[in-house]
Amino acid sequence: MSSLLFFMAATGVIAGAIGVVTLSNPFYSVLALVGHLLSLAVLFLLLRAEFVAAAQVVVYAGAVMVLYVFVVAYVGDEEQALDGGLTRRPRARSADGRKLSGALFAGALLVELLIALLGSGLKAVEGAGAPYAPGPRTFGTPAYIGNLLLTRFLLVFEAASLMLLIAAVGGVVLARRRGGLDEEEDDRDRLTPLDILRPRGTGTMVEGVEGLALAHARGAGDLQEDNHSRAGGHAAGHTQRAHDTQASGGGW
Amino acid sequence: MSIAWYLAVSAIVFCTGAFGVMTRRNPLVVLLCLELMLNGANLSLIAFSRMWGNGDGQILAIIVMTVAACEVCIGLGMIVAIHRRRLPIDVDELRELQG
Repeated sequence: MSSLLFFMAATGVIAGAIGVVTLSNPFYSVLALVGHLLSLAVLFLLLRAEFVAAAQVVVYAGAVMVLYVFVVAYVGDEEQALDGGLTRRPRARSADGRKLSGALFAGALLVELLIALLGSGLKAVEGAGAPYAPGPRTFGTPAYIGNLLLTRFLLVFEAASLMLLIAAVGGVVLARRRGGLDEEEDDRDRLTPLDILRPRGTGTMVEGVEGLALAHARGAGDLQEDNHSRAGGHAAGHTQRAHDTQASGGGW
Repeated sequence: MSIAWYLAVSAIVFCTGAFGVMTRRNPLVVLLCLELMLNGANLSLIAFSRMWGNGDGQILAIIVMTVAACEVCIGLGMIVAIHRRRLPIDVDELRELQG
């Protein structure tokens, strides 16, 4: 019974992995990875890792894959669009060479890994593992894992939680709408009420450096220029900026 | 089933993921293949954990899953930022860091 279940789950795992690599649409790749993860959870259950199997299904196949599906739906598949047009022929030839060399490297890696794992002469690899007796607090149950995480591996647990926090903040900073990587939205030319209502000679930095008369002449000029550009050319400036972003093709 | 079968499956999954990382051009699919490689490593960790009857390998597998979640978060954020700047979603075209 367990060997039948193993072969079914292993077939699902390998088929899902091959599907992820070979399917051309990224959305189908994500779905193949979901199938792969569910089959892998069955293998984890066969290896008596109950908590890890449950976490795999809930966290990986649930949350992370939903994130992937959202990003695939947002970005879309531009791969087919990029393949068309004038650059089709050299791109196809380089893709063939890359696939051949990649397959050679992966095959060599597989042979090497199989020699290292199975040809090592370890006798325990041929057995079914350590003796196992079912019970509420035995190997692999949530109580067992929780006990280990909060006693022996407490430092690792806290470091992992801190890393998750940092990754969440980093994801928000990378993907937010303004700022971050975009330098086009500049805060310097934003008007505040103080710029208009402030009397002369209140000791700002500009007055200290340039003198009273010069600073106020320059400030009045800036204000007029700002008002003019805001009233007249806002829409034109916006389209110009979008055009610049497209034409430069990326400056990062 | 002996542990050796699980190790063979984990090696196959790892090499499939490595093949995908080297051949695919869409960074989304490259991230998915990276997940495949991490899953292969996870399977061998849990198989060895079962072999010794010791929970340390399972804890390491859980930590690997956490690292994978962080990597997905940052990677998908970068892909969204690339899309916002209207750059091509293609690892061959993104070569500004080559100098």
